[in-house]
Formats: sequence, structure tokens, C-alpha cells
Amino acid sequence: MKSLEDLKKLREQAQDRMTMRMDEEQKYRVVVGMATCGIAAGARPVLNALVEEVAKTKAPAVVLQTGCIGMCTLEPIVEVFDKNNEKTTYVLVDALKAKEIVEKHILKDEVIDEYTVGKYKK
Amino acid sequence: MDELSLNLLDIVQNSIHANATLITINVIDHQQMNCIGFEVIDNGCGMTDEQVSKVIDPFYTTRTTRTVGFGIPFLQQLADETDGELKLSSVLNSGTKLSLKLKKDNIDVPVMGNLADTLFTIIQANQTIDFYFKYLDDVHEFIFDSKEIKEILDGVDINSPEIILWIKDYIKEGLKNEIT
Repeated sequence: MKSLEDLKKLREQAQDRMTMRMDEEQKYRVVVGMATCGIAAGARPVLNALVEEVAKTKAPAVVLQTGCIGMCTLEPIVEVFDKNNEKTTYVLVDALKAKEIVEKHILKDEVIDEYTVGKYKK
Repeated sequence: MDELSLNLLDIVQNSIHANATLITINVIDHQQMNCIGFEVIDNGCGMTDEQVSKVIDPFYTTRTTRTVGFGIPFLQQLADETDGELKLSSVLNSGTKLSLKLKKDNIDVPVMGNLADTLFTIIQANQTIDFYFKYLDDVHEFIFDSKEIKEILDGVDINSPEIILWIKDYIKEGLKNEIT
């Protein structure tokens, strides 16, 4: 059983690491639409998969949530912003695709064309 | 939505949008009491009586990205269809309280579903908001107080890899009996 005592130890670990790296971390911003439309379409498992995968692989990204992105029929939507605020929009994402986005886009800087909005809406 | 925990996630977004700084969430899933549902109490911007009467209409919304709002209408529909009860009260500039109580033995009442994912999703994204979460079922109770967690973390980002993974497991463990 986990206790809050464990958390204290982890805090120290995290503090040590925080002093070492700071800048590199925010290379990407990953934003998930979490309004009624997104949630109903399955955004919660997507968000959970993204957060878990980013944490496990220590990927250089911060995962954020937003409201309705505006294309409710294409939810769940995941937007990836790079340092220059260039945006890649992934649509109809599920937990597996979310993992792939972290593996390829965040860790290797490879855009996965077939999941992007451009493939669905011309 | 096929899980009550998804509706809960949706409703909590309203409180966040209302700039609440403290959100209290009580969840019950009790066979013996024949009761399943949740209560969300926030100290956000609140609504006027007129707004409260309007939110049940799906064509009323304050958002600007689209012209419909289905969060509360979904709950109202669910309560109507299953002989349950939805209560909404609000005071402008002081906060809103929503409570949904359903009968667990009604065949049209959805399951609670993955409550751990809902709680985790809320906490991950809203570090400036305090959450007091309480879960109760027939055999156990689980309390998650984000203030307590923040005190321990002492300024360390909740999204630090090891911290966020630990929190995920901690919540999962605490809610273990949710799927019956």
C-alpha cells in the first residue's frame, strides 16, 4: 500500500533532478481537448496515455488540457506545439495513437502524417 | 457517455471554467443504500437564477467555440430517464453546487467506470486549484486532498515524471474497489 511518506522521498528525487535540467524540458506542448465532445469521444484515456508515456520516457514535453477545439466530430484531438509555436493537429486519436505520438513526434521529431487533420479534411 | 465518471469529469470542467479555487467532489457508489452519484461544490463565479434555469437547455451555453452545451442536459436526461434526481443551486460570485443521485438498481443507470482516470485527469491539469475528493462505497472510503499533497511536494511540480506516476498509482490503489 502506498503511503504519503513515499511521496516525500520522491519529492527529494524530483528536486535534485529539477536543479539539473530546466530548459530542455519544454520542447513541445501537447494539448488535449477536454470538453463534453472530447470526453464523450474518448479524450480521457488519450490524456492518461499521454501523461503516462511522457513521464515514463521522460519525453521533453508538457501535457496540457483545453476546452473545445472546435471540430467536435474529429475528437479526440491532440495538438502538438513546438518551440516556435508551430502546431500539428492530430485527430480521432486513441490511447495507442497517443503513445505513438510520444514515441515518434515528441521523442524523434517525426510528424505522423496519417493521423493529422490534413488527412481527414481537405 | 457510458460511464458516470465521464460525466463527472465533464461537470468538473465547468467549475474550473468558473475560476474556482476549491472544488469539493463527493462520489458515492453504494449497493446497500441503492445509491450512485456525485456532488460537485465549487467556489467559482456562480450563476444568476436566470442562468441556472437555462443551463438545462442544450442550446444555452456561455462558450464561444460552438453554440450548444450538453454537459448538464446529459445529466438531466439521465436523471429523468432513470427516476433519479439532479439538483443545481448557485449563488452569483460565490459558487455552485451540483448533485446527482441515481438509483443503482435501475437498469438504465450507467456504471461508475474508471473513476481513477477521471480524478487523475482533473489533478494533472489544474495545479492552482485545490481539490477535496471523497469516495464512498459499501466497503471503503477514499479521500484525496490535493492541499495535503501540495504541502508534501513543497513547490515541486506535480507533473515531474516520478511524482505524476506515483500519484496515478496512489489513486488507482485508493479506488481499487470501484469496479465490482
